[in-house]
Amino acid sequence: MSLHLGTGTAPEAPTVRDDRTGVNLVPLATKRKKQPKVPGRFPWIAVIPALIVAALFTIGPLVIIVIFSFMSRPPTGGGIIYEFTLEPYVNFLFQSDFLGNTAFDPRYLSVFGDSLWQAAVTTIVCLILAFPIALWIATRPEKKQNLLVMLITVPFWTNLLVRTYAWMLILNDNGIVNTGAAAFGLPQMDLLYTPMASQLGLIYTFLPFMVLPIYASLAGFDFRLAEAAYDLGARKSTVIRRIILPLATPGIISGILLVFMPAFGSYVQPVLLGGGKVLLIGNLIASQFGDSRNWPFGAALSVITLVLLMVALIAIALYSRKSGKKVEISL
Amino acid sequence: MTTPIPTISGHDRVNPTDSPSRELTISHARKTFITPEKTHVNAIDDVSFTIKQGEFFVMLGPSGCGKTTLLRSIAGLDTLDGGEIHLGNQRIDQLAPHARPVNTVFQSYALFPHLTIAQNIAFGLEMEGRPKAEVAARVTEMLELVQLSEMANRKPAQLSGGQQQRVALARALAKQPQVLLLDEPLAALDLKLRRGMQSELKRLQRTTGITFVFVTHDQEEALSMGDRIAVFNQGRPEQIGTPEEIYEKPASRFVADFIGETNFVTTPAQRVGGVGGGGEHVNESDSENGLENGGADQRLVVTLPGGDPVTLPKVVDTPNGEVTLTIRPERVSLTPTGVRFASGRISKLVYMGTDLRCNVTLADGTELAVRVPPPFPAEVQPDAEVSLYADPVALRPLTPETAAGHGAPGRATVHAKPATPATPQAAGAQPTAATAATPDAPTQAAQ
Repeated sequence: MSLHLGTGTAPEAPTVRDDRTGVNLVPLATKRKKQPKVPGRFPWIAVIPALIVAALFTIGPLVIIVIFSFMSRPPTGGGIIYEFTLEPYVNFLFQSDFLGNTAFDPRYLSVFGDSLWQAAVTTIVCLILAFPIALWIATRPEKKQNLLVMLITVPFWTNLLVRTYAWMLILNDNGIVNTGAAAFGLPQMDLLYTPMASQLGLIYTFLPFMVLPIYASLAGFDFRLAEAAYDLGARKSTVIRRIILPLATPGIISGILLVFMPAFGSYVQPVLLGGGKVLLIGNLIASQFGDSRNWPFGAALSVITLVLLMVALIAIALYSRKSGKKVEISL
Repeated sequence: MTTPIPTISGHDRVNPTDSPSRELTISHARKTFITPEKTHVNAIDDVSFTIKQGEFFVMLGPSGCGKTTLLRSIAGLDTLDGGEIHLGNQRIDQLAPHARPVNTVFQSYALFPHLTIAQNIAFGLEMEGRPKAEVAARVTEMLELVQLSEMANRKPAQLSGGQQQRVALARALAKQPQVLLLDEPLAALDLKLRRGMQSELKRLQRTTGITFVFVTHDQEEALSMGDRIAVFNQGRPEQIGTPEEIYEKPASRFVADFIGETNFVTTPAQRVGGVGGGGEHVNESDSENGLENGGADQRLVVTLPGGDPVTLPKVVDTPNGEVTLTIRPERVSLTPTGVRFASGRISKLVYMGTDLRCNVTLADGTELAVRVPPPFPAEVQPDAEVSLYADPVALRPLTPETAAGHGAPGRATVHAKPATPATPQAAGAQPTAATAATPDAPTQAAQ
């Protein structure tokens, strides 16, 4: 693009430089009409590679998963046969025994329930922990704020697996917690490979995703409003409840989305810290593609998860349009 | 000030007019800030004064003079380092902001953006736990008072600046505070709106009878609105008085310079009558007490180039036998009236429509700004020789400034403490007026 522009104007340039009367500038100006009218605008062709990449890497896998979920499972397991069937979705709720009787089976639903519960607990605990942190950071001097935000992002500097293994070292039978407890004469506790360990890992992992959007919404908060509220007779708790909290709502909602959605489908923490004792959606899907070699069912589970989260997102979008509050899912 | 608050019967606070001793007393207030350069700045420097009940009190001064800090200290949003604030018999400076019977109108308005206008006004009343019906009635009343009834359900962002200002006022007044603090509330409005809001504020103050403490850096606003004005400089009031006193009888060079336009003329003065050394001492304490002509029969007489001797209306100290006069341009006349105190040549002439602004250069080089009201005499032309006339009281001698730069001699001892960074103040007292003093006579502040 810039090359094209360069060759177009280069022959004209000397005339312009020599001409100090400005008269010859007129024809040059008419030739410039060929240039894009909006400076910095891209021709649409330039976007195509990016669009192809985006389509291949985001929409492509999604389409494949949706297609797989409607296909049949080969008798040997693994892979798919291209025969349309709704069997995977039926299997989610109903189970047939060897005699061919189909009966309602809530086991997979309860896996969803467990995942929902863990994700909800993670979100609520993160919210309760994150709001005071975000408020505290937002009320520091600006230089300190930047430092504190950087500290919040420190966990992102290392791999999630590495950090999870670190938690295993902390929680295992000879880990820091148990060694410390033993020093005080306390009995040994089974911490690792419990649902609580999995929950703890989830909260640890997702806390920054809650802190950052809430901080972002509070950083733009005009604290003179809080002063005005004090002046009108409000106490500290009232100021937070009636002034700060409503104005931080967009940040809180994006924080909830950012924590809830990945926590719902989490895989690493339930396996490594929970010891796989609690079956969650993430593990269930992984096992369908792995040990169980039932790809269509795994795909169907993924699609169900996707639809559930999409419904939640649409509900939030509707709320945001109705209340006039801007909700962004970003950090 | 005897008009009762527009009230809803029943749950009102004590009507200020019922308890006459609800004055706001500030005594020895002190606050020091530490600048990023680690120097201490006295934002409020041992300030003591009393604001009367139902008064429209204006704190006027340049930015950074401590007036806003003092206002915030009264509101409880800043804490004083020392001193006390009393409202009537109640000491309020140690109360939490929500426990003080004062409310603030903020410069930024600080309206809650997520609440409607009505909810904004109701906020303070809800904090008091008033019954819902009463809150609703009071909100309606306040909306009517500021003429915004039809805007009740809008959000602040949908209102113009002037309307937002009125909501901020209504929100603060709804609580019927004993003192309403206003922090440059009109600064963000354009000139025309500001004029309208000035009279509006004055009207509200009269109808409600609430004590208004109004902070501004706009001297015109202060003069037109205030019952009394405190002119702040370097963290302390230089002069407190009615607009007339402040304008006509400025206590210091700073006040004379800050309020309106003025000429400063430093000139030799003769002492006439009275007893020599002893009289001077008496005069010093007298001028501190604000008495006009001291007990002694002394007079000060000055003679400006090309003029008759003039006896000054007030006796002040005359270090080096010199005195600095402040002369308002509009008090000087080119047509015979009072005394002919000087004569000179018109060096500059600007037609302003409402008046002519001339600079008259005296024989010794001093320039005096003069305003000539219409009808404009034909002889007022550039380079014309003119005689300047004025009532002798228009030539006001200023009390000489001490080395620390403060007008009243009694204060100098307080101020000369080592903790005080004294340097900027001497610089601040240097001539900054439109017309400087005579070139061969350095200002006394420089001593």
